[in-house]
Amino acid sequence: MNLVDHALYALIAGGALLALVRLARGPSLLDRVVATDTLLVIISAGLAVHAALTQDPTVVPVLVVVALLAFVGSVSVARYIGGMLLRSGTGDGRDPGLPVAAEERENRS
Amino acid sequence: MTAWDDVVAYSCLLAGAALCLTAGLGLVRFPDVLSRMHAGTKPQVLGVLLVMVGAAIRLDGWANAWMLLLVAAFQLLTAPVSAQMISRVAYRRRHVRRDLLLVDEFGGAGHQDVRHHGDEPGDAPPEQPGPGQPSS
Amino acid sequence: MTVEPAATRLRHQVPLIVWLVLVWMLLWGTWSWANLLSGLLVALAVLTLLPLPHVVGGARVRPVPLLAFLGHFVVDLFVSGAQVAWQTVRPRPVTRSAIVRVQLRADSDLLLTMVAEALSLVPGSLVLDLDREEKLITLHLLQVRDLAAVAEEKASVLRTEDRLVRAFGSPADVARLSAAPAAERLP
Repeated sequence: MNLVDHALYALIAGGALLALVRLARGPSLLDRVVATDTLLVIISAGLAVHAALTQDPTVVPVLVVVALLAFVGSVSVARYIGGMLLRSGTGDGRDPGLPVAAEERENRS
Repeated sequence: MTAWDDVVAYSCLLAGAALCLTAGLGLVRFPDVLSRMHAGTKPQVLGVLLVMVGAAIRLDGWANAWMLLLVAAFQLLTAPVSAQMISRVAYRRRHVRRDLLLVDEFGGAGHQDVRHHGDEPGDAPPEQPGPGQPSS
Repeated sequence: MTVEPAATRLRHQVPLIVWLVLVWMLLWGTWSWANLLSGLLVALAVLTLLPLPHVVGGARVRPVPLLAFLGHFVVDLFVSGAQVAWQTVRPRPVTRSAIVRVQLRADSDLLLTMVAEALSLVPGSLVLDLDREEKLITLHLLQVRDLAAVAEEKASVLRTEDRLVRAFGSPADVARLSAAPAAERLP
């Protein structure tokens, strides 16, 4: 372990921590989705850094999975929040039938 | 493995890791969802690309290099897609700091929900009163 | 789904099959006939079980404009990464952003998708919405100084589209480009 290795791990950990801060503070659900997406990509970058430093290719297939998982996760949450509006053809015209956001439903019941 | 390889690999890794840090920094510092989206896509994609290049140089064997290339390609293809989906929903839900906008040619009406959902930022003026009283 | 001759169907699906086989081989990481055959089988199974709408219509690849586009794209990628990174670390916070609409000229699903993907990765812009019928793209710009900067960003969007269409578009698309010079079509 030399200085550069420590610096690399510190940079990645700093990025992940800041993303976690946004995840905890984020006023809305969308902020948290963005933070989760970024966090997963930072994690995959961290795994790649670890693989490169130890010259151990065991985690490389995990990278593929994590990279795809980040995408699928954020897209499905975006679709869930967007509800029906993503299905509405050109995007103009108001959608009266949006589902109520989950937080709100919990608050009311 | 020669010394030059290591120098190139380490500089790629360092630049990539630094870009990951700035992505996190941008997430915390930027004012609204759309700006945070910028931080979450651009430095991020470049950072991951650089880290993958560095890792591919460090790891021996073409099999690993191909798989890292695949990860980078997925990243390039998918990051804009998820960013677009999230930012479109964000605009609809009024998660935009309108006081920071210089111009808005999209025109709020018709592209934003009329109803208040209860998770908007405080400065987004609701056109119809009240969180918790959805019309449906 | 419309009924069409098997030959056209196959021709439309060849690029997809090639792409899927390529991904399969990259996943395995080694080249062998067994990988090629099993990849082919998996690709065919995927395309039969989950049929996709055709997007690859009338696209062609021109090598020289493609190289020009790729060169610009890589430079833009680095510039935008550095730019956004600088905006996060500098002491002054982001004060002015903008949402603009740009009238595009390409008229094919594939081209518009590629334009949107490329625009998300170039400096300062993020795609908010794409109106397929009107060919209007809506972008969010991070940190613009004044209206002149906004106009400059719009012009650069059109330049990106120009390069992409010249690299991949059909002759009709390229003709539409020269019919409407970039500067005059700003809405």
